[in-house]
Amino acid sequence: MRKRPPGSGNGRRKPLGWARPTALEELLSPSTLETERPIGSLEVLAGLLVLLVIFRGPLSELVSGPALQTWTTVFVSVLVQAAPFLAFGVALSAVIAVFVPRSFWARALPRHPALAVPAAGLAGVVLPGCECGSVPIAGSLIRRGVTPAAALAFLLAAPAINPIVLTATVIAFPGRPEMAVARGLASLVVAVLLGWLWLRLGRSEWIRLPHRPELDGPQWPAFWAACRHDVLHAGGFLVIGAAAAATINVVVPEAWLTSLAANEVLSVLALAVLAVLLSICSEADAFVAASLSQFSLTSRLVFLVVGPMVDLKLISLQTGVFGRRFASRFAPATFVVAVLIGTLFGVVLL
Amino acid sequence: MSKLTQGVVLLLFGGAILRASVTDLYLRYVKEGLRPFLIATGLLLVAAAVMTIWYSLRESSDAADEHGHEHHGPGVGWLLILPVLGLLLVAPPALGSYAANQAGSVVAEPAGGSDYPPLPAGDPVELSMVDYASRALFDAGKSLDGRELSLTGFITIAPDGAPMLARMVLSCCAADGRPIKIGLDGRAPIDVPADTWVQVTGVHTGRTSKDPVNNVDVAYFDVRTWQEVAQPKQPYA
Repeated sequence: MRKRPPGSGNGRRKPLGWARPTALEELLSPSTLETERPIGSLEVLAGLLVLLVIFRGPLSELVSGPALQTWTTVFVSVLVQAAPFLAFGVALSAVIAVFVPRSFWARALPRHPALAVPAAGLAGVVLPGCECGSVPIAGSLIRRGVTPAAALAFLLAAPAINPIVLTATVIAFPGRPEMAVARGLASLVVAVLLGWLWLRLGRSEWIRLPHRPELDGPQWPAFWAACRHDVLHAGGFLVIGAAAAATINVVVPEAWLTSLAANEVLSVLALAVLAVLLSICSEADAFVAASLSQFSLTSRLVFLVVGPMVDLKLISLQTGVFGRRFASRFAPATFVVAVLIGTLFGVVLL
Repeated sequence: MSKLTQGVVLLLFGGAILRASVTDLYLRYVKEGLRPFLIATGLLLVAAAVMTIWYSLRESSDAADEHGHEHHGPGVGWLLILPVLGLLLVAPPALGSYAANQAGSVVAEPAGGSDYPPLPAGDPVELSMVDYASRALFDAGKSLDGRELSLTGFITIAPDGAPMLARMVLSCCAADGRPIKIGLDGRAPIDVPADTWVQVTGVHTGRTSKDPVNNVDVAYFDVRTWQEVAQPKQPYA
């Protein structure tokens, strides 16, 4: 969309035939805006809130069936759990976007993109968090001139190989530390491979970061503007993802899965798909994997490798931050590579 | 969404999280350890909201003619009203028997090494359900025999109609909550509606069965007496 300075009536220069109504509208609109403002979003919000409070009783009754109630509990809890990670990620990405000078990244990462990819992937070790936080951070990195391939490697590696997640994996699989080792290595390899794949095949026009003029203004207003924008934006997409995950949680009975566990190939695919659908936080997924005891260790490793890289709430977040054309290519590619590499490491190491 | 509206939505979202974390509401959804981070998150969101509202009010008084319409925020942000609604108006209860019946029982892993320390003093001894199941299944109940025990959980009705005692185990949040189930023998509470919280007192029994959902061993408990109790402050194990 092209922006036009406010108040410039440039519609008048167009051929008369079809431009007249537009020009007329443009001439009229500023004055109408000043005198009687149309109903704005604030009024809509106020009305909505009043209605919600009035219909609070019927609303609570509406969600009192056991399935719907479970849905609501899971939905709210995914958001409550993710909120601190989102806030941390948003604050850190705002710091990157506003306070860290561009030159820092040029010095911190190897100049050659092919080397910057593994370096950025390894840098994920120091970010203790889960996947909700890393999406806005990766967006900020690209905005600050980090090569997209490296930022994407960071995006994929950070939620899977940080110390908190690996410790959780060790605890969840007592006596099997090789599970955590295999998880860390496989995740890092997938992240680096996808970074390199992006260098070869990726096109920069697939990533469409939203235009953010306020980031170039004075620092503190820019910081708060970035926080506000990212919380509303990423948070909104997180709501979509949480709703999807809650739906899967309620409508897919676990008994269906058990029937797939006997076949090795099917079980790998089943758990890979389940990881995408359930969208569990990477700090918790090891415990869920441990409880899926009827499945082979290899298929559970695939669950742990796929989950932090591709899942419903991540796809929703990536669509929001990087654009639909990016997410529709990146998520399937990540899924395939993660399943293959996860299986490979499972067969070799477990 | 105007900047001012965005500020109000942020304020509501941050306020809802703050309110849930200073009361015990958050315990229905996440683990206790998350509380300080939730409070920090709420404060950050409220701060962002206050700054947004302040800047937008100052902007509109500074430049009333230069209406700030280029600041239209992301429309998807409207969705943040939903969790606010969920936390402030609906406040859904902790997971109960519906969720317990849908998922298979957790495997109570054998404790660290192989030794089970003797039970603490007390008659009856209060045990967590996971501890009971672990001792009953992996130690053949050796450390349990000869003692009177008491367990607290909610009633869930197994597919065959028998009441079972259950409690949800969280590793992170309610989305990964899985039940620990224990079968009830002896004077089990019958005709008690599902989701009623009870404290059962009795002794260990060697009987086990399989959870039909995921084929995991389920321990049994021989009930002598039971009583209804209020839902504990920490509903999850």
